[in-house]
Parts: sequence; structure tokens; C-alpha cells
Amino acid sequence: MNITIKDRELEVKEGQTVLQAARENGIYIPSLCYHDRTGPAGKCRVCVVEVEGMAGLHTSCSLEVSEGMKVITDSEKVLEAQKLVVNLLLSTGKHDCLSCEQNGICELQDVAYYLGIETPAFHMADVKPEIDDSSEFVYLDHSKCILCGRCIAGCNGTVVNEVLDFGYRGHEAKVICDNDVPMGHSSCVQCGECVQLCPTGAIIDKLRRGKGRPWETHKVQTTCGYCGVGCQIDLHIKDNEVIDITGKEGVGPNFGSLCVKGRYGYHFLNDPARLKTPLIRTNGSFREASWDEALDLVAKNLNRIKQESGPDAIGVFSSARITNEENYLMQKFARATIGTNNVDHCARL
Amino acid sequence: MVGLAAAFGSGAMTNPIEDIEKAEVILVTGSNTTKNHPVIASYIKRAVKFKGAKLIVVDPRKIPITRFATIWLRQNLGTDVVWINGMMHVIIQEKLYDEAYVKTRTVGLDELIKAVEKFTPEYVEHITGIPKEALVDAARLYAGASAASILYAMGITQHISGTDNVKSLANLAMLCGNMGIPGGGINPLRGQNNVQGACDMGALPNVYTGYQKVDDPAIRERMAKAWGVEPPSQPGLTITQMMDKALSGDIRALYIVGENPMVSDPDLNNVRKSLDSLEFLIVQDIFMTETAQMANVVLPSAAFAEKDGTFTNTERKIQRLRKALDPPGAAREDSDIICDLSSRMGYTMSYNSSLAVMEEIARITPSYCGINYERLERGGIFWPCTGTAHPGTPCLHMDQFTCGLGVFHATDYIPPAELPDEEFPLYLTTGRLLYQYHTGTMTMKSPGLNAIAPECFVEISPEDAKNYNVNDGELLRVTSRRGEIRAKARISEELKPGTIFIPFHYAEAAANMLTNSSLDPAAKIPEYKVCAVNVDTAI
Repeated sequence: MNITIKDRELEVKEGQTVLQAARENGIYIPSLCYHDRTGPAGKCRVCVVEVEGMAGLHTSCSLEVSEGMKVITDSEKVLEAQKLVVNLLLSTGKHDCLSCEQNGICELQDVAYYLGIETPAFHMADVKPEIDDSSEFVYLDHSKCILCGRCIAGCNGTVVNEVLDFGYRGHEAKVICDNDVPMGHSSCVQCGECVQLCPTGAIIDKLRRGKGRPWETHKVQTTCGYCGVGCQIDLHIKDNEVIDITGKEGVGPNFGSLCVKGRYGYHFLNDPARLKTPLIRTNGSFREASWDEALDLVAKNLNRIKQESGPDAIGVFSSARITNEENYLMQKFARATIGTNNVDHCARL
Repeated sequence: MVGLAAAFGSGAMTNPIEDIEKAEVILVTGSNTTKNHPVIASYIKRAVKFKGAKLIVVDPRKIPITRFATIWLRQNLGTDVVWINGMMHVIIQEKLYDEAYVKTRTVGLDELIKAVEKFTPEYVEHITGIPKEALVDAARLYAGASAASILYAMGITQHISGTDNVKSLANLAMLCGNMGIPGGGINPLRGQNNVQGACDMGALPNVYTGYQKVDDPAIRERMAKAWGVEPPSQPGLTITQMMDKALSGDIRALYIVGENPMVSDPDLNNVRKSLDSLEFLIVQDIFMTETAQMANVVLPSAAFAEKDGTFTNTERKIQRLRKALDPPGAAREDSDIICDLSSRMGYTMSYNSSLAVMEEIARITPSYCGINYERLERGGIFWPCTGTAHPGTPCLHMDQFTCGLGVFHATDYIPPAELPDEEFPLYLTTGRLLYQYHTGTMTMKSPGLNAIAPECFVEISPEDAKNYNVNDGELLRVTSRRGEIRAKARISEELKPGTIFIPFHYAEAAANMLTNSSLDPAAKIPEYKVCAVNVDTAI
């Protein structure tokens, strides 16, 4: 199917929305309440566009492509409408970016930047921070919430933990946990789905606070080291330290979702108790040793026992925690170097 | 894995995780999925909530996923063969099984029919405590689905009858034609990130990579060629057997990498004696674990974020691990340490990178033959992958089973090795929590996780709490024939009267002081899930 967006002729898939088609082709249409995983919500109306031959403005997140469609994303009318919506959002919350953790990866900020909003057009309401600090890993500031509903859609539709919902009405509307109890006292299992889906600084990783700006980090995609699901994760690294972990969007098996351990259980990497040097036991206590000394001692003793009692007097426990390549080398070490099939790991335990 | 290998010729999850949302019926047993595999639990919950799937949960505990279940069967501990045979009894009686499938794809139906004959709903109710009507409903629901998926975990395998339990589930899946179809299959959920890969790589006493048998001369010849030395022909010993041989002095040295048997193994007093009996113990790990403390030499290694390589997940998908950090101090990657040590012992191992190791693995492993890092850059690949143009195999046993025809195995009920008696009147079952992981080496370094799950506890039903005069939060002493621990009571509706639950993560109150090391005779898995204990309020 062929359509035109912003004067570019594109081949797109049937059933796609205009917003999806634009994104796939690297064309920016501002949006807030839409997320690939939670789908169109049609709430924020930031993604409006004009379509030739159709009256009025249309939300591109819910508008399906059709043959020959001509989409205009930057007409005066579109930009005016988008500015109005964003200015209203900015006026109803506490959207000051200075120390906000989301600064640099905030979608509201991106939209304001795109629209060239230097100073919000309306008087910013005297909004006080409304913080819920009760959870171990998730930090909420309702004053930065734009009620887009992505967190609620994720909690109920993706991970199906069914904790978050909208509570109250009209001006009082807000995101609540269970029957509006603090998150730390709710049934929340802190999977962080809401954190990952929040477009602003309203729901953020508590552990990341003050650890560094997004642009100071680099991301490395890898596989989670906990259970056997093999979730794909991005490690956010600053100065040889993990300061955040997010689920990799768009890639299975997890498609961005994670559990509390995978997302937040990374302290051990930089724990001061990590072993940093080989240790040799002498007279009942450990002393530090060089690699040469330690490995020579091991080699000497294993060779001696092998000579005295045969290779089957030695056993090797490999590990369900190390890589395939390392497991391969471990069994090769047992079988080729030592000469025993006494190699196993804790699959049964 | 032994059970699945016997039935189908290969022991692994048969279907991809994404298939869960294609199932009409999902049967979860022996898996506290929301706690131990939360991301997979989301698939189950979405299937039920949005795709109209029906969920059957069979578990002695009222685990959270039961909230989504159409039918929850609460069996007595260690009676799995009985309810599974009972379901098949109903399915055969009512002719609900897939006759065409059974005829063309399987052998051994007659033996199975004979074996399940006595497992009438009344008999099942008597042994398992599952009401006969509920059993019949579950059997009809499972058999009526065009695609039904079975998911299980250690609650099925960690019994002396573990292999029989798995064989019975395999029987059930084959009987209803659920093997080799999208949304079907029998799917063991693996507990550790690379337990599948460690098995695939031949870190097992009886097989090389890709489950090639060590006692097959042709395969041994291939390894000899690849390695330049003749490997031994007799299968070796499992961990639990090695522990016994350590105690008897037949094994004099152990080299333990990335494991903590001093918390994770059953009957810890015995483990300590075994490790104490060793002449030389080498432990390679990232922390000074309870096991490392007993070592002669401790070698510091790199954690998952500090190295390149691959992991194979529970659905047989090989995925990349990428180095993001430098290891601390002088710590080195495990591969680097192993190669260095091997070379010092007189057998040179030298590889430029993990990529070069994978090249060697692909050369000698039919099921990993098509795996290389260039392809993995574009995404994970499911084994078997038999060539670089082969797309991988998300769903096993499509047209035929790995071993040709699927084999029904007649199984009979074997009660747990230890049952409650006067002295030890309660059942103990063990498991994991959402907020801690295995022996806690990693998770217990997180202040947040420790704040949520700070210490061991004993879950006890309100009825037992009343009988034993136990208040919530009160310190309990739990004793078995093998040891005793102390932990606070947590009164919980999840448990059935007569059974208590203890998470095994905590070294200071290690549930495995109590557990029974009796083994499944085929798989050598200890019976962690059932033993007999007594509780009293500690003085």
C-alpha cells in the first residue's frame, strides 16, 4: 500500500496506523499516550495530523492507513493544535526539568522541543510535588503525570499484575495503586513495567536517582543473568558501573517487560565483597595470591592426584550460571585435560 | 529431562514461550510461575484474560496464578503420577483422546491403558485428595482443547518419582495429540539462566555437546579428533554421587565453578562432611560463598555483565551475552581461567574469544551446527539448527518425534521417600520467592530486595498454627531427621493443613538442612519437595 506522509512517498503495510507507518520510516510525529506495546489510547491528542480530503484533524495513533492517503504533519493547523495541547499539559503539572531524572529521555520534553515551546503559554499552576516514595524500587511523582494511561495499560494489559488504575474524577483524576494506597503498601510486585512505559518523569527507577544523566551513559544489550527465561535487557553503563537496567523493546521473549530481580537486582555487580584476587588457604585462613601462584598450585595438585589415583578421583562441577562457551570448556577440561567424565552441574538442584 | 528424553528422544521445552498465547487450555503444575518465571506468568495471564484460554493449575499451594485458573486441583504432596494417570483414565474411558494421532505418532498405548485402569476418580481422590468431580472436569477440559500446553517446573521433578511424573505428563500430552503443534507441547520451565545451555554443552556425566553419548564409540572418535586426546568411555558421576564419593575418599579433588552446594544441595550436614573429606577443593566464583569458604584455592571470576558469550534460554533459544563492564580487581573470565589452568596442566587450550569457542562447538555439535555470532547479532536462534541456512526450530516434534514414534511409558504411584509420622507429623515443601534468587549470592547484595524479603520464614496454615499454638511472627524451630533450623512463622492461607513451606534461599536458616537427599533413580534429582518435619515454638 502506498501513502504520502510529509511529502514522502512510502510503502506501508495494511492495517498499520499512520503513526506506526511514520515511525517505521523515521518520520517524527509527536505522541504521548501511544506506545507500541500498549497501543493507541486516543487520549492525549498530541499526534494529530491532517489528511487531504478529510475534514478536521485526526489522531494518527488510531488512524489506519489507506491507499493513496496524503498525510500532512506540519501544517499551521496541526502545529497550533499540538501546541495548545502541550501547553495545557505543561500548565497543569510540575514540569521543571532541571533535576528530573527523565531529562533527555522525556517524551513530553521532546514534544515541547519539536514544537519550539520555550516558555509555556499559560501560567503554570502552583503545583506541589506529590511524591510516593513508599516502594523500594519505583518512585512516583504525580505532579509530573500527564494521565496518558500507559502505565495502567501496561500493568493490566501486558504484565497483568492489575495494580494500577485511574482513580477519582475530572481535575482530581490520578493514577492509583489498588484502592489508592501507597505503592509500597499495595499488591505491586515492582516489575517496573510502569517505569519503562512512563513518557515523563512521573514514574521512575528509584535506584537511578542522582546516578547520572541519560546522555552520560551508554547502553549494552545483553541477556539477563537470573532465571531461564532469557529476557533481553539493556544495561545502562556509566563509569564501569550499571546504573539502570531496562527491558529491550521489540525483542522476545520479554518484549520490554522484566521482573523485579532482572530490573533492579544488579547491586551485586559492584558490591565491595566481590572476589578480586585469587586466595590460597594456608594454616586455616586465606591469603591473597597471584594468578601464577594460585593456578600453578591447582595444576600441581590436580596432576598429582590424577597420577596417584587416576582421573576419576577428580570431579568437576560446571555451572548453570556461566556461558555456553564456558560450559563447553569446563567439560572439555574434565574430559580432555583431566580425562574423566565426572562433570555435572546443578540442573537437578 | 530424562523423562522427556525417554518419551520423545529429547529433553527440553518443546514449544516457544510465545506459543503460550496460542493455547486453548494451559495446564500449570509444580510451577509457582508468577514468583519464579514472572515474565512467562504474564504470557499465561494474558492468554486467560485476553485470548479466552482456560487455565488448569495443579498445585498443593494456593499460588497466586490460581486466581486466573478455571480449575485448581490441590493434590497431596508427591502424588502427581496419581492425578495425571487419573486424568488419562477419564480421557480413555470417555474416548476423548486423539485416536488418529495416537495411532500414527506413538507406540505403547495398550500398556498405558492397562496401567491407568486402576486410577479411577475415586481412587485418585483417596490418594491425592482431589475431589473426583474436579478431576473429571479437568480431564475433559484438557482433552477438549484443540491445542493445550503443559508448563511445569521443579514441583514436578524434585521428587523420587520425578522422572515418572514427567513421563506421565508426556503420556497425557501425546494421548491428546498436543505434541508438535503450535500452542501445545510440554514445557519444563528452567530455573537458572543457562541451565539449558549447560546441559546442551555436555556439562553432564553421560553426554558431550548436543546430548551425544560418551559411550558411543563413533562419537567419542569425533571428540578425540577434535580435541587431540582420547576421552574416557565410561559415563561419570552426577553431583550427588560425587558428593558421596568425596565422603568415601574415592574422589579426592573437586573443582567447583559458579555453584554453592553448601546452600543449594539437600541435607547440608552431609554436604559439609563430603567437602571436608576432600583433599583439595577449588572454588571459582564471584563471591566468597559458603562453599568457597571451605576451599583450598579460591579463584575470582567475572559476572554475566563482564563477559561475551551465549546463554540458551528455557525455550532452547541461543542468545548473546555482551560484555559491558570490566571485572573487578584481578578477577578474570571463567573461560580465560579454565584455558590458563588447562595449559598449565599440560593440555593447551587457547582461543582468541568466545566466538572462536562457539566455532568449535558448532563444528562438533549437530544441533548447534548452524549457530554463529554473526547470525546471533540479528537475534536468538532455537536449536536444533543444523546448518547456517537452517532457520532454527521453535517447535519440536512437528512431523515426527526426535526418536521417531513417541513412546508411552506406563507409570505407577510411588509414595514419597519420607512420609509424616508421629515424630515428624508435618510435610515440608521448599521453593523460591520472587524477591530472592537461589542461594542469594546475587540478590542478597541488593538493599531493596533484602528490605522486601529480609529473612527466612516458615509458612504455616491457619489450622496448623492453631494446633501447634503458633502466632504469626513467632520464632519456630523446624526439625527433620537430618537437622533443624529456626525461622519466624508466617501464617498463610496458601497452605493446606498438614504442610509447611520454607524458601530455601537463606544460608542462616537453610531449608536444605532439613530436606531429604533421596534421589529419583533415573534423573538423580533429590526430593526437595517433600519431607517430614516437626515444628515447635523455639525457646
